[in-house]
Parts: sequence; C-alpha cells; structure tokens
Amino acid sequence: MTAIMEVRQLVKHFKRVQAVNGLSFAIPRGICFGLLGPNGAGKTTTIEMMEGITRPSSGQILYKGKQNNPAFKQEAGIQFQSTALMDFLSVREVLQLFASFYQHSQPLPHLIEQCQLGDFIDQPATKLSGGQKQRLLLALALVNDPDILFLDEPTTGLDPQSRRNFWRLIEEIKQQGKTVVLTTHYMDEAEQLCDQLVIVDKGQIIAEGSPRDLLRSHFQDVFVCLDSEDLPPDWQQMESVTRQGRQSVIASRSIEGTLQALMQSGAKLHSLQVRNATLDDLFLKLTGHSLRE
Amino acid sequence: MKQLLNLFLARTKEYYRDRGSLSWSFIMPPLIIAAVALAFSREDPTLFKVGYYPAETPPAVLADKGYLQLLPYSDELKARQRIEHHQLDLLLYTDGSNHYLYNPTSVRAQPLRDLIASDTSGANWSAETLAGRKVRYVDWVIPGILAMNLMFSGLFGVGYVIVRYRKNGVLKRLQAAPVSPLTFLSAQLLSRLLIMLMVSVMVYLVSDWFLNFLMLGSYWLLLLIAVLGNICILSLGLIIASRLANEELANGLLNFLTFPMLLLSEVWFSLDGAPHWMSVVAEVLPLTHIVQAARSVMLDGAGINEVGYHLLVLAAMTAVFLLLAAKLFRWRAD
Repeated sequence: MTAIMEVRQLVKHFKRVQAVNGLSFAIPRGICFGLLGPNGAGKTTTIEMMEGITRPSSGQILYKGKQNNPAFKQEAGIQFQSTALMDFLSVREVLQLFASFYQHSQPLPHLIEQCQLGDFIDQPATKLSGGQKQRLLLALALVNDPDILFLDEPTTGLDPQSRRNFWRLIEEIKQQGKTVVLTTHYMDEAEQLCDQLVIVDKGQIIAEGSPRDLLRSHFQDVFVCLDSEDLPPDWQQMESVTRQGRQSVIASRSIEGTLQALMQSGAKLHSLQVRNATLDDLFLKLTGHSLRE
Repeated sequence: MKQLLNLFLARTKEYYRDRGSLSWSFIMPPLIIAAVALAFSREDPTLFKVGYYPAETPPAVLADKGYLQLLPYSDELKARQRIEHHQLDLLLYTDGSNHYLYNPTSVRAQPLRDLIASDTSGANWSAETLAGRKVRYVDWVIPGILAMNLMFSGLFGVGYVIVRYRKNGVLKRLQAAPVSPLTFLSAQLLSRLLIMLMVSVMVYLVSDWFLNFLMLGSYWLLLLIAVLGNICILSLGLIIASRLANEELANGLLNFLTFPMLLLSEVWFSLDGAPHWMSVVAEVLPLTHIVQAARSVMLDGAGINEVGYHLLVLAAMTAVFLLLAAKLFRWRAD
C-alpha cells in the first residue's frame, strides 16, 4: 500500500522545550492512523506540523510523495482541538463561507445530513453545545471532500453519548476510503478507531503497529483485578502484582489457576474483574506511567 | 475572487449583526456634534484675536494689552483665511508697511480698528478688507469629528477584531484553509471601508440637515479624501493587528496611537500659536492630513491641487503601512 503521507526525522523545539524529537512514520492510504500519548507528549505539535500550521525545526513531511505539495491544502480536511468561529454567523453561513475557499466542495445538504447539523443549521455557530460544535467542526473539515482528514483530540470534553456518536461518524468517513489521522489520549478511542498507531511519549515514538498486534506482541497475560484491601498481604509482594489506584492488578497466564490460588489464600472476590490488556497497560509497561497521568 | 467576496460578506454580516458596535458608530458622532454645537453656540467675548505677519516681530501698537491675544503667523495665506472665516479679528502686517486686514462683516474688528486709530506713534495706518462668511466652531470642527470617527472605527474595527480572531483561533482555522493572508486582510479592510463610508455619509447628511454647515468645495473630492484617509487608517490598524494575540496590549497600543492624533491633528482646536514641535509631530500623523484636507475643501472650497499634498502624503503613508503590515503579518502569535 502506498503512503499518502510520510514523516521523516521530524523535530520541533520551542525556546526551552524539545516538543518532537525525530519522529518518522508513514501513513498508508485509506486507514485511520492514530497518534496516541498522554497530554504534553507532542501529539498536537506533530499533527500541526503535518497540517502545515507549524513549521518543523528539521525533518521532512511528504504528501503524496512531495514536500510542500501545493495540492495539500485543497485536499486536506483539518479539525483542531479547539477552534472559535466567526461571531454572528449561522452554522449554514459558516459552512458556505468555508466551502467558498475550495476549488471543489461537497454539496452542503449531504454534509448537513452526514454530520447531523439539520437541527441547528440556522443557529449562530458560536452558540452550540459541545457535541454540536464538534460535528460542525468536522463538517468544516469535510467541506472540501478531503483525501486526508486530520482530527486533533476530537472527542475531548464530550459526554459519552456524543463521543460514541462521533466515533460512528468517523467509521462512516473511513468507509468512504478517506485517510484519517487522529490524535487522542483515550486508549479506548484509539482501540476503537485506529487501524495503525504510534504511541508517543516525550516527543518520541515508543511503539507502533496495529492496536491488536501491539497488545499481542507485548502481553500474553490477562489481568485479574481486585480491590487492594481484598488481596492477602503476601500477594501484594509478588512480582506479577501491580497497584493501580485502589486496585491491585495480577498479570495471569491462567485465569483458572490464579482464581484457585486466590481462593485458597482467602482473598475476597466480590470486587473481582478480569480483563484483557489495554493500550494503557502497554503504555504503563513501556514508560512506567499511565496515559492518563 | 470568490474567497474575497465571501470573506467580505461574512465580515460585513458580522458587523451588521453586532448591533452594539453598529449603533455606536451611528450614534456617537452626531452626539458629539450636537454637544459641540450646543456648547459653542455662544461667542467667547473675553479675548480679541489679533494675528501678525511676518511672525518674527510682534507689533508695538497693540503690545501689552491684556484683553488681546496676539498670534504670530508665518503663512500669510493661512492668516488671511482666518480673517475671512472670522477666526481672527484683525491681521497686522509687521513688515513696515503699516497696514492691517480686517473682515468688514465682523463686528469684533471695529474696537480694534479704533485702538489702532488712536495710535500716537505717528504711523499712518492703512486698512484692507477681506469679507467672508463666518465659520462657526461647529463648521470648523465637523471635518475633525467625521475624521475622528473614521480613525476610531478603522483602528479598533480592524485592529481589535483581527487580534481577537488570532487569540480565539479563528485565524488558525483560516490558515488551515487555502486562504492567503492578502485575501483575508483585503476582505477585512474593504468591509470596514464600505461600512465606514456609509456611516460617514449618513452622519454628514443628518448633521447637515440640523446644522446647515459650511461646504464650499466638491463633494467628490471630500469623498476621495474620506476613502483615501480611511484606507490609510485601516492600514495602520493592520500593523497593530499583524502579530498580537493579546487584546489588552492591542487596546493599549491603539490608544497610544489615537490619543496623539486626537490632540495634535487639529480635530478640536487649531495648532496656531502652539509650539513648533507640535506641528512637526502632527505632520506625521495621518489624521492631520485627513482633517486638514477635508477642512480645506469644506471651509475654503479647495480643489484637488490645493489638497494634493495631503492626498499624496496619505497615499505614501498607506503604501508604507500596507507593506509593513504584509511583512509583519502572522496567522498565529509567535
């Protein structure tokens, strides 16, 4: 599969901070590519350099094989983490304005239906709820029927229902064959949406691949979780047990064997949870701290 | 072109729908004009104003009179205009020719003529007359108030709005679209230009209906001055807007620009008799050239040749401001 976008040895330093430190990756056409990492990892700086908004300190960014490709702005759709819109314009007027910027734009009725803007299409664009605003910003990013769509933390601050709604929209966009580049610090979002991802910490890639391959290659265990106070003291010293908040997490190759051993040692099981490894576990394993920290 | 037109329409709609700003643009100038007309409707009887030309040698005949204000003039034409407009009661020539100029339609010239007639130095004084309609203070100040409105609306309307757009991320969103800074800035400038010209024309017409003020020159020339002056001020606003993302700092800088112009550009009072350095500073302020050109057209019936200098200065300032703004402009704050 040919890469629609490629990043080589990308570096960005601000006055005293090295935000991005030599990132390289290629994004095949038609996939959802994720940049996953905690706040401050350099995800937004990286995606903004790819979008042409921030100038890299060094390194190369190639779109369809070319650096500074003049077609990029016409063919890219961009949604920032937070964007204000013009005061006193309705949702429809903002869409019409942005559509006028491009040589080719999608028919607005289709866009309005796709992003479910119909209920508030004539309302002022500055007076929308969080979910409505995100859908409008997505519509603006899609207004030119882009080949590649950049979404920077698109669901941060949304309620669970709006997040799922948004995920469904992204799935639909993926089905149209568009390439989606997404940054997120939500592991469930990355697992749900991304075909491939790079995990970034302190401006560097610490792991990359598909979510399933990454988890498979790093974990053979499942996790047996109990409230720490329910776990007998001698278990707490074991190497396979880590503490995450109020929970103790036991890495286990055999659920049945672990449960038997727990019962024999008198553990209380009313807080028992069994789960597979997540990207957060992977991040914790690789860096020693959680994605959410 | 499609981008420019749509950005222009969007900005104009925004302004039109922002009822607070819109009504303020329409209400403030007539309010000021009305206040000025009321406050200065009575003559100031306390002082007689006597000019002398050339400026170096104060006249001995009227020296040491506490009730006279003696004003030196180095420009004879300017001094004669003051006589014509009743802004100066008498002009004495101090070049040894022993003659003076007065306006026969001004009653305030008579006591001064009597004073000169009682001169016991033996000089043989000859009088010259120069008649002209009285220019009320409100006639004199209206070009200044209209220009001041252009200045405030131009500087704050463009400067402040772009700084706010940069701060809240609107500019960043536009940067991501295939919109050039030139297209965006031109749309902002053209929208504000159109609005301010409409506001100025309406304020002019309404004020004229109430006050019937003096307008001796060409309306087309006055419009040209308004357009060129407005573009010049808007370009200056674009420099302030070129990089800042801090509204408080922008506000401070805009005030720093507007206050000297308010004081030194002869909006409210003439700089006749003021220290020379004030006139020098005033010369580099665009508002000075707008006010002086508009005033010459309205009060003296000046043609394009007479105000050509001011128009050239405004055009040159506009070119410099636009170049600077284009060079300095960034979509985002550093």
